[in-house]
Amino acid sequence: MRIELQRRAERSRLMLVASPLIAIALTLVSAAIIFALYGKAPVDALYVYFIKPLTSQRTALELIVKATPLILMAIGLSLCYLSNNWNIGAEGQYIFGAMCAGGTALLFQGTTSPFIVALIILAGMLGGALWALIPALLKVKANTNEILTSLMLVYVADKLMDYVIRGPWRDPKGLNFPLTADFDNIIPVIVPHSRIHLGSAFAALVVVITAVLLWRSLKGFEIRVLGQAPRAGLFAGFSPARMTIFVFMVSGALAGLAGAGEAAGTLGQISLPFANGLGFTAIIVAFLGRLNPIGILFAGLLLALSYLGGEAAQISLKVPIGITKVIQGMLLFYVLACDTLILYRLRLVRAEPKAA
Amino acid sequence: MSSAAVQSDVVPLMEARSIVKIFGTLRANDGVDLKIMPHEIHALLGENGAGKSTLVKMLYGLLQPNEGELYWQGQPLRLNGPAAARAVGIGMVFQHFSLFENLNVAENVALAMPANVPLRTITEKIAAVSAAYGLPLDPSRPVHTLSVGERQRIEIVRCLMQDPKLIILDEPTSVLTPQEADQLFVTLERIAAEGRSVLYISHRLAEVKRICHTATVLRHGKLVASCDPRKETAASLARMMVGADIKSVRHSADEVRPGPVRFELDHLSLPPADLHAVALKDVSLRVHGGEVVAIAGVAGNGQSELFAALSGEVTVSDSAVVRIDAKAAGMLGVTERRKLGAAFVPEERLGHASAPRLALSQNTLLTGHATAGLVSWGLVNLGKAYEQAMTISKAFDVRKGKPDPEAGSLSGGNLQKFVVGREMLREPGVLIVSQPTWGVDAGASATIRQALVDLSRRGAAVLVISQDLDEIFEIADRIGVIHDGRLSEPEPAKAMTLEKIGLLMGGAGHAH
Repeated sequence: MRIELQRRAERSRLMLVASPLIAIALTLVSAAIIFALYGKAPVDALYVYFIKPLTSQRTALELIVKATPLILMAIGLSLCYLSNNWNIGAEGQYIFGAMCAGGTALLFQGTTSPFIVALIILAGMLGGALWALIPALLKVKANTNEILTSLMLVYVADKLMDYVIRGPWRDPKGLNFPLTADFDNIIPVIVPHSRIHLGSAFAALVVVITAVLLWRSLKGFEIRVLGQAPRAGLFAGFSPARMTIFVFMVSGALAGLAGAGEAAGTLGQISLPFANGLGFTAIIVAFLGRLNPIGILFAGLLLALSYLGGEAAQISLKVPIGITKVIQGMLLFYVLACDTLILYRLRLVRAEPKAA
Repeated sequence: MSSAAVQSDVVPLMEARSIVKIFGTLRANDGVDLKIMPHEIHALLGENGAGKSTLVKMLYGLLQPNEGELYWQGQPLRLNGPAAARAVGIGMVFQHFSLFENLNVAENVALAMPANVPLRTITEKIAAVSAAYGLPLDPSRPVHTLSVGERQRIEIVRCLMQDPKLIILDEPTSVLTPQEADQLFVTLERIAAEGRSVLYISHRLAEVKRICHTATVLRHGKLVASCDPRKETAASLARMMVGADIKSVRHSADEVRPGPVRFELDHLSLPPADLHAVALKDVSLRVHGGEVVAIAGVAGNGQSELFAALSGEVTVSDSAVVRIDAKAAGMLGVTERRKLGAAFVPEERLGHASAPRLALSQNTLLTGHATAGLVSWGLVNLGKAYEQAMTISKAFDVRKGKPDPEAGSLSGGNLQKFVVGREMLREPGVLIVSQPTWGVDAGASATIRQALVDLSRRGAAVLVISQDLDEIFEIADRIGVIHDGRLSEPEPAKAMTLEKIGLLMGGAGHAH
């Protein structure tokens, strides 16, 4: 007996929806096993991790705060992936965007104005877009592999951030901690008694706009055609080079917006460590959400929950915070593995007798 | 002794009994019987999708039948892979070659041989086999410098060096000039004469009548006839294959009154895009409104490069080199050329003419987004795209399981009707189409060819690039031949003979 993968005649609509759900289920089972190995009661641990954060209003609202940058970045990444551009560097674009937003905020310390807030947000978006433009131009002009260049620029951005926060931008009154002064201009909070700021409204707007863009506009059609059938895209008269520039810049701008929101909204300053792999988690969000804006909305909330759950589990169960990364990693692994089921079906095959 | 005993004297070399192969809901082979006798050239006939390839893949161990048995010289045979098939003495030459372009002939053959055979021995053996069978080959030539016919010879030599008893050839002449095909037939007769059997897959009736001793005809996965093709007519074989008579194309008026020049190429030269591409050399061409001009040629002689330059997927630096209705278009991309009234149908219908995973309505948008009124303010009118897809399907009898399926789920013939119909319904002033009926069944081919002729008679300039000489003679008013990136001066179809085209296809027309 062996298990065989058999190709389906066409993609399974059922599995298109079911595969992320199966992946989530498998992740929960695996998480339960890990908790059991730590000597915790698996059901209780899963409750603490995935249900309890939703039971209080404070943590439920915090979920939206955490999900906002994930959703913004994942939406941008989904446009890249749909058009066959492999932007792995949202983390770097997020950091560089936050740096530009933070720099702008520090420039205008002492005066407050809504225009300055707008300027901070724009600076973040522009910074992210420019950082993403580098791998895009390298791909278009020099035929480099964007996976490598965008990834390596993450570390460049990280070191740059490290330098400015420990160096010129360090708060003189910060007791030598690597952080900036509190910004005088802050992205306003829109839900009282929470940390939900304007960035979350932007994220919701971006979800809606992207859905319309993808499914109703010629640009969305262009993205899908160039991603699925590049030759047909050329025949349609679309330019892959311009598309690469476009999706990278949009993706970078959204990551920059997320970075600006985190720095000048949620935190009100920049402190190290800043990004913590959020830009990589956004890759999981994009795939778990099926590269679909609505799917990404839910996937973003789920991954945000895993952060909150991880913190809660660390406090009340005394398990290491690293468990969060393990669970996220398993989730991505299962999502990609379950996608196989869309095109293939599992079959049990009895061993065939040897040919004479 | 009864007659049964006499018959059993001749045991079939290979026999298939009641073979069934099911893919999903499709019975690709449904109770097929096949008997290949020693010394025989056996034709396997059928339209595209009749189940020929499926059957052959089972004979070569690439697929396993769901039901039925195979016998080899009277003994039951199970093949769990091509290696097992080769071990009993079955060799196969595929339609698409598996050769490494950057290696030479001997190295390519060596890759299929056991690792311990030295290259010297292989080189000698190639020379011996190619001399014995009339397959001239230079073992030291790199493959990328060879013509398609020569590449096929490598595959045949490679196959013969394993000393098979049965050789399966999949549509071998579809890539050859008439002269190259003649050479191949001589080789096949020699192979049969020395006691090997040949299974010859084709849908070209004339050559089957000429060289095959027995023919097995498949239709929709079922065995419809087993006959001696030499005793049949081409028409009777065609009836067996298709199950009905085929309409021939009507030319409303035999004499064409050409209108103004609507499409013009003026000394187009393009360097090759990469190592294996063909350079276009000084190609000039005028297509008038009201006429069909055809470009014949063996695959790989610059057809795809020419199509890309005509469609605007590749642009040229001197805009006057390409003119559409007298307007310089050389620097314009494909969208701008469409706006000038040109329409294009590339050879590859999946992935080039259409995006396989998008619905037909979306595929309507693919070439119509700038010209068919489907987009306003950057937003797509999905309802209108759907309507247009339905209009195309209705006008060209595109058969599909549901109203708006993914392009990739249509059969080849139906998708071809769709991609041709999509351009045709725009009533283009210039239509450039490559391989309009490649891999399409006879009924659909007739529809498409008729539509091309009708479009030209309504005043459009129609340019057809094709490797199918029957098709070219059926629809073309003038015929040119492309060889190694050069185009011969198109001449009236009536002045062209098969022989003359064959010589031009082989490169005999460059001295001028």
